[in-house]
Amino acid sequence: MSSQDRPLSPHLQVYRPQITSVMSILHRLTGIALAVGTLLLVWWLVAAAAGPDSFATVQGFIGSLIGRILLFGWSWALFYHLCNGIRHLVWDAGWGFELKTVYASGWIVVAASFGLTLIAWFAGYALRGGAP
Amino acid sequence: MSVQRPDFRSPLGRVRGLGSAKEGVQQWWMQRLTALALVPLSLWLVAAVVALAGADHVAVVAWIGQPVTVGLLVLLIGATFYHAQLGLQVVIEDYVHNEAVKIAGLLLVKAAALLLALAGILAVLFVAFGG
Repeated sequence: MSSQDRPLSPHLQVYRPQITSVMSILHRLTGIALAVGTLLLVWWLVAAAAGPDSFATVQGFIGSLIGRILLFGWSWALFYHLCNGIRHLVWDAGWGFELKTVYASGWIVVAASFGLTLIAWFAGYALRGGAP
Repeated sequence: MSVQRPDFRSPLGRVRGLGSAKEGVQQWWMQRLTALALVPLSLWLVAAVVALAGADHVAVVAWIGQPVTVGLLVLLIGATFYHAQLGLQVVIEDYVHNEAVKIAGLLLVKAAALLLALAGILAVLFVAFGG
């Protein structure tokens, strides 16, 4: 087989995205984002161990506008990566490879990631007692 | 009762006498194993953080110091950073083609994951036992 007959990988500038390819790259991107987000978790724990002053600094950052936007993004990334990760585990077990099932499970993951994010934030604000 | 096992080796591998090291799927398997562990652990963490919304230092320290919290946090931190460094390794191996940059990136990711996991676990243990 001459090299010209080989199949080409997607040419990204003229490639029409589908939910399957977009969700696949989103799984990687949310994974990278969550890896960065672990910095906040570790900072929060270390500050709690260090004392009230350090802890107040973290809480101040999390409570700020930037902190809340980051936390909201990370919470969605976590739910997306979690739900899509379960989808991947089901594939690993050998189920759900029919094209219709792949699309259906994809949309379920997208809906569940937003639904769970909103539930978590509503619950957080409700327990906190209304206004931020 | 000898069963003839199929030989999946390549012709070159057969000639050289190379066989499976039996560890080829180790990374793949650990990525799935930690993923499975992180399903309940991360849901637990989100629920706990939501319940702690607006809590002050005293309340958070009291929560971290509970035995169940200590155990689950240590498991969560361990599984999270094991999973994260495996995932980042795959990303680096896929996209970084300069050998020197790739190796430096891999070492950096592994070192950072180890350091952060250690910091997190020690912080939890300090609150639980040293506070």
